Amino acid sequence: MSFNSFTEFLSMGGHGLYVWLSYALGLAVILLNLVAPLMERSRLVAQLKRRLQRENQSP
Amino acid sequence: MVEKKKWLPRWFYQLASPRWCYQICGKLLPGFAVAALILLLGGIVWALLFAPADYQQGNSFRIIYLHVPSAILAQSCYMMMAVAGAIGLIWKMKVADMVAKSCAPIGATMAVLALLTGAIWGKPTWGSWWVWDARLTSMLILLFLYLGVMALNSAIESESTAAQASAVLSLVGLVNIPIIKYSVDWWNTLHQPATFTLTERPAMPAEMWVPLLMMVVGFYCFFAVSLMLRLRNEILRRERRAGWVRDLLLSK
Amino acid sequence: MNPKRKKRLYIVLFIVFGVAVAVGLTLFALNQNINLFYSPTQIAEGEAPTDTRIRAGGMVVDGSVKRAEDSLEVMFEITDYEKTVSVHYSGILPDLFREGQGIVAQGELDGQGVFQAVEVLAKHDENYMPAEVAEALEKAGKMPMPSGQEFNK
Repeated sequence: MSFNSFTEFLSMGGHGLYVWLSYALGLAVILLNLVAPLMERSRLVAQLKRRLQRENQSP
Repeated sequence: MVEKKKWLPRWFYQLASPRWCYQICGKLLPGFAVAALILLLGGIVWALLFAPADYQQGNSFRIIYLHVPSAILAQSCYMMMAVAGAIGLIWKMKVADMVAKSCAPIGATMAVLALLTGAIWGKPTWGSWWVWDARLTSMLILLFLYLGVMALNSAIESESTAAQASAVLSLVGLVNIPIIKYSVDWWNTLHQPATFTLTERPAMPAEMWVPLLMMVVGFYCFFAVSLMLRLRNEILRRERRAGWVRDLLLSK
Repeated sequence: MNPKRKKRLYIVLFIVFGVAVAVGLTLFALNQNINLFYSPTQIAEGEAPTDTRIRAGGMVVDGSVKRAEDSLEVMFEITDYEKTVSVHYSGILPDLFREGQGIVAQGELDGQGVFQAVEVLAKHDENYMPAEVAEALEKAGKMPMPSGQEFNK
């Protein structure tokens, strides 16, 4: 463990802002790359299903 | 028909089938997702809590655990996009076009992450957010190449024309990859030389480079997850008229 | 491979190698302009322009840093282990600035050959290590030193 206390961990030896900003950005990029394709998938499946139902109703 | 001599392995031809590709991605996804989760969580905890601070830079050194993996991935992803684009151009393989298209947004976000974490790291260590040295500039060009490929993909209506145009742009931009890699060796730059090389042991002690290696491998696994998610969407969208997609939708 | 695919393969190879050669030649021609900074050797040999703002990079010479007592003014020398250039700077130095550290300074050469810096950036190497390891290496005199070549490409 490189830190003795939680406040020490948060301040990162005075570089807290830089370190935490970087890790927040990293988390944001990872989440974006997961959420965007998953949302696209549910939107796409719903849209294709609607289209399929329309086609089945009016042959 | 006479059986011609196949000079590429069987799986290469199987890849050409969108249905096979959709199914194999579905099978591989959970494994890569678990690996990515374990490696990234373990890597981040190690990087933030247990890795020692650098003797010169102190704790701002911990930014390396995001900066290096995202920069490596941004370049690997670009190479994959260009190779997939070339396969799409030569063999007219639809799945390869879809892979190339799916790579672009992931690579672009990785390039953004590498540039931003680099800027944030540069401020406390170098004393500047940004300098126009060869490494930083060539990395910015990589981001613009990604944005160009994405713009071409969304601006051109015809899917095959869009794939061709973006593949040519990716291939043209491929020359930037060795420039990024060797910029620190060829020119005077502010950026330090590579942290990881294939031929030499890293200069850092193990408690510093093992978590970094974990993060790099974790980023690759995460890339595989995100790519397969996007690829499956793309396959569904383009193959929506195929029978197997209809069956799949109706079974849900 | 059928002839059509072969033709397309050649087109792809032509694009990649053609662009690589073109960009390679351009970079070769622009070589000096891509360098972020001039080395002390280049400055001493008069390769660097004197009437315009340039960057100079090198290692801060041990024992050369002289700070003014009442202001932020500082004088030091930078070297690429062949030639040495004096630098004058007034302002806050980066945290990593110290003797034996690589730096890149932006400014102008004055008539006396002293580099009048307006900005000083710290350059570090890839030898990251914990403080205890650095201390032990220092004691044993085995601290990895960046080679002079690093500032003279």
